[in-house]
Amino acid sequence: MLEFKNISMWFDGPKGKVTALDEVSFSISPGEFLAVRGPSGCGKTTLLLAAGGLLRPSAGQVSLDGQDPYVLSSEMRSRMRASMIGFVFQQFHLIPYLTVRQNIMAPSLALPTKEAVQRTQELVSNFGLDDRAGHVPAQLSTGQRQRTALARALLNKPKIILADEPTGNLDEDNADIVFDYLGNYVSDGGCVLLVTHDIRAAAHATKTLQMSQGRII
Amino acid sequence: MTIWRLVFSEILHRRMNFALGVLSVMVASASFIGSVTLLNIHDIRTNQILQDKQDELADRMVELTDVTRKAMLKLGFNVVILPKDQNLADWYADDYASKYMSEDYVHRLADSGIVTVRHFLPSLQQKIEWPEQKRKVILVGTRGEVPNLHKNPVKPMVQPVPPGTISLGHELHRSMNIKVGDKVTLMERQFTVHACHEERGNKDDITAWIYLAEAQELLDKKGLINAILALECLCTTDALPIIRKEIAAILPGTQVIERGSRALVRAEARNKVEQEARVAIEKEKLGRQNLRTVRERLASILTPVIVMACAVWIVLLGFTNVRARREEIGVLRTLGVSAKGILVMFLSRHVMVGVLGGALGFCAGVLAAVYFGAALEDTRIGITDMDLSLAGLLVLSVGGAAVLAVIAGWIPTLTAIRQDPAEVLREE
Repeated sequence: MLEFKNISMWFDGPKGKVTALDEVSFSISPGEFLAVRGPSGCGKTTLLLAAGGLLRPSAGQVSLDGQDPYVLSSEMRSRMRASMIGFVFQQFHLIPYLTVRQNIMAPSLALPTKEAVQRTQELVSNFGLDDRAGHVPAQLSTGQRQRTALARALLNKPKIILADEPTGNLDEDNADIVFDYLGNYVSDGGCVLLVTHDIRAAAHATKTLQMSQGRII
Repeated sequence: MTIWRLVFSEILHRRMNFALGVLSVMVASASFIGSVTLLNIHDIRTNQILQDKQDELADRMVELTDVTRKAMLKLGFNVVILPKDQNLADWYADDYASKYMSEDYVHRLADSGIVTVRHFLPSLQQKIEWPEQKRKVILVGTRGEVPNLHKNPVKPMVQPVPPGTISLGHELHRSMNIKVGDKVTLMERQFTVHACHEERGNKDDITAWIYLAEAQELLDKKGLINAILALECLCTTDALPIIRKEIAAILPGTQVIERGSRALVRAEARNKVEQEARVAIEKEKLGRQNLRTVRERLASILTPVIVMACAVWIVLLGFTNVRARREEIGVLRTLGVSAKGILVMFLSRHVMVGVLGGALGFCAGVLAAVYFGAALEDTRIGITDMDLSLAGLLVLSVGGAAVLAVIAGWIPTLTAIRQDPAEVLREE
């Protein structure tokens, strides 16, 4: 499903070249839950953004469902993201003026479907958000916000979920709920690439990689 | 979920930014619409002032023309046509011609299409001894006016003396103690007194008027006359040469004399009044034109300055909005919304700012122009009095404002779509 082949990423920093990823290679297939662990600044988020077609690597090749997203036009890459990838972030990144229901439906802006409304309602119910469906993010607890973000990631039935510290702002109970949802998604044939320094992630992942200074160790 | 739903929700969420944007466009639009409307009010008022002055002049001219006509009637006639061989020294001394011409001349004149004279009055005049009264009188044979067939008919200035009747000057009827309806005998012919005139203080007081054919018989001048009085000649001092030229071409055997110079002076005065009034109207017109030019210049300086200031303000508001929505733009791009989608989202907002601001600006501009127009022009000109296409102006205001808002919002929008979502997410 997702394959990284010798991916390197470097930037020009004030003190010279900064290497964010160094010859990173791995792959994930449907039904796999890959947790990439490592300390802050080791390149986890850069890896995730490169996987999501948002950050072009300096070297190497990304393959998403057999297709290199970086050979596509910006427009096609956006479409590919909308149809194949779901994103979940530590900061939730919900749109502040939209209700829970509207936030979950937001991906349909990029990929409008006839089922979007019905699918949204299913997700609202599945994530236990019925009584909060008309509320805006500021009126939600952190757990509800993350559930909303997770539901949003699932709207277009993506083939892969890219999650960046999704439990970083959650208490233990809510973190477990999120891991459970991700686990269920993998059981249903999806795959998850999770970058985290949460040690509990290993318990839910089918494979764990450790990163340090931009390298898989 | 649609872009429109997103745009409306965002507007509700950031009302202040949206309201300030609308206010900016409204001010820009109102200044433009207000200027156009004020200039239109100025034009309408100018037309009203000039029309009032024209009407006033027309009324004054009617009044003066009437006065002139009456003066001409009282003073006699301003043109007399005499036989060519008439010695003018004798004519001035005797006050009537001693030479004669055919009565047919008057018909030739009337049929000729002469444009400078409206009526002709043929007459036969002679100083005679009234045998029955043993006194000298001036006998005038007249038959009333012969209208110029090529002119529009107007009411006659002189009433004819019917056959068998006589009209007497003041001195005659007073000294003979005669009243209207009495019978008098003149040269063995009996006449009924048709009119007894008021004192005029001239030779008319010793004049007796009878029907022309009867005078010709009494004086043994059948088919002859010795003067044709031209009535209602053009009332200008320089008309006489034209009349002379015209009459000479039709009746080569005549000469034309000007009379009644007081009437001409009055006619000249009337023309002078008209001329001065026209000059005053022209001055007023020029004054109003100058005022319009000043107002137009002021509007052409102020309006662009206001529009530019508003455009800059919209740009700043646009940047503020983009800045506040950095995270949102990053998330939407991550969710797969294309740069085009982000462009549509921001431009839709700017179009709404423009349309709403343009519509409100139109209303504010027109109302302000009516209010200030009333103060500036000292009269109230309502919306319905304007000869502007208000619907066209509304379309112009709304369309122009939308274009202004989109142009001003273009740079912030470009900043928004060029935003790198990866950078935003990493920062967050």
